[in-house]
Amino acid sequence: MEVGVLKRADGSSYVEWGNNKVFASVYGPKEVIPRFLARNDKAILRCKYNMTPFSVEDRKRPGPDRRSIEIGKVTSGALEPAILVEDYPNSMIEIAIEIMQADAGTRCAGITAATLALVDAGIPMRDLVAACAAGKSNDEIVLDLCKEEDNSGQADVPIAIMPRSDDVTLLQMDGILTEDEVEEALKLAMSGCKKIYEMQKKALKVKYGG
Amino acid sequence: MESIANIKRQYIVDLAAEGKRADGRNFDQYRDIKIIPNYLMKAEGSAYVEIGDTKVIVGVKYDVGTPFPDIPNQGVMTTSAEFAPMASPDFEAGPPGEDAIELARVVDRGIRESNAIDTDKLCIIPGEKVMIVFVDIQILDQDGNLIDACGIAAITALLTAKMRVYDEEGNPTEEFVPLPVNKTPVPCTMAKIGKSILLDPQMDEEMVLDSRITVTTDEGGNVVAMQKGMAGSFKLEEIMEAVAISKREGQKNREKIQKAISESE
Repeated sequence: MEVGVLKRADGSSYVEWGNNKVFASVYGPKEVIPRFLARNDKAILRCKYNMTPFSVEDRKRPGPDRRSIEIGKVTSGALEPAILVEDYPNSMIEIAIEIMQADAGTRCAGITAATLALVDAGIPMRDLVAACAAGKSNDEIVLDLCKEEDNSGQADVPIAIMPRSDDVTLLQMDGILTEDEVEEALKLAMSGCKKIYEMQKKALKVKYGG
Repeated sequence: MESIANIKRQYIVDLAAEGKRADGRNFDQYRDIKIIPNYLMKAEGSAYVEIGDTKVIVGVKYDVGTPFPDIPNQGVMTTSAEFAPMASPDFEAGPPGEDAIELARVVDRGIRESNAIDTDKLCIIPGEKVMIVFVDIQILDQDGNLIDACGIAAITALLTAKMRVYDEEGNPTEEFVPLPVNKTPVPCTMAKIGKSILLDPQMDEEMVLDSRITVTTDEGGNVVAMQKGMAGSFKLEEIMEAVAISKREGQKNREKIQKAISESE
């Protein structure tokens, strides 16, 4: 993980997570365009998740698809609770996540990177947001599925938390799990998030000392 | 964008803190649910569903197409949602927005991940011709909790859908069989307002909610899909509470679906 990798962006970061390679940038708080989206009680978050055409095995058609739009939406939902949006009414914070290379778990890598970029941009926050997935593969609950495990896996549960309060800000799940397995997967994923959290803090200290 | 008066917002938040809801329901209680299977004639499967004043229609149509290269002997299902301008002052004509895409994908995920449709049986000629099942969601009246209304309507439409039989050369015959659907995944959506978890949020509740969670379960009591929506956050215990509520109330809705289907036949 590296913080402040782009010159023009207000905040930026680069995360390598296994074979995932992800850049994130933050611009703002700035003027809201289009104007009618502005909220007089808080800043709005606009989050774009994008996969480059060369990030996957078969070339991906450029531009947003339904998956990217959904991930952008849940990502902004995952980050907003951590940001003091109420301090910046009538403004917006733009977050861009670009996946250069994808190998399962890109939304978690993206959220982790976007958090670092938000800090780098000097946006006031309650806590960092750390993301990690747990899943079920070969009848076992495991942490952070890789591509082969994801394709053949029985379930995938990506989450994001604010580690100081253990608040879950992203939660998705697909596959088939029993109630007990859901709990086990959530606990395992939370422990994974805590490890990511330590790495985030370390990366921030490299740039900002302390 | 549709807004809510601060005084009304405060009223709903205060009520929730007291353990009450504006329409007098319990926290884990659905509004009245009405399900009409086979609502339309031209669609191969269809359903009309009301949850309170929320009204949606789902139609199932087919096409014959080529399979995905990595699954040459399986049919394909795709789900899309149309937020018609008539359903809410917030809906505009045009390509689906973020909310419509999320809705369709959450409904889709529940059906797909539970393996409700036996996609092997939708294969006509491996690697060449398969059935593509289109699940199209049309919103008529948005009064909150579209996900559950659409999820119930989608699976009801699929359960009642007929499928044309193709011969070995891939030519259509005049014979029809039921679409091979062997599970009934049902989504349950809850809103978090303050510290309370409210099942089946109505429109006003949706506008003040801090966060939203959808848990889809199958008849085996397994969780097949989850999605946290909007901003806000959940504690681990709250997620597990939502899973328990979804298992219990989802089963009731599943029985309503089965009852509606058996009564319509």
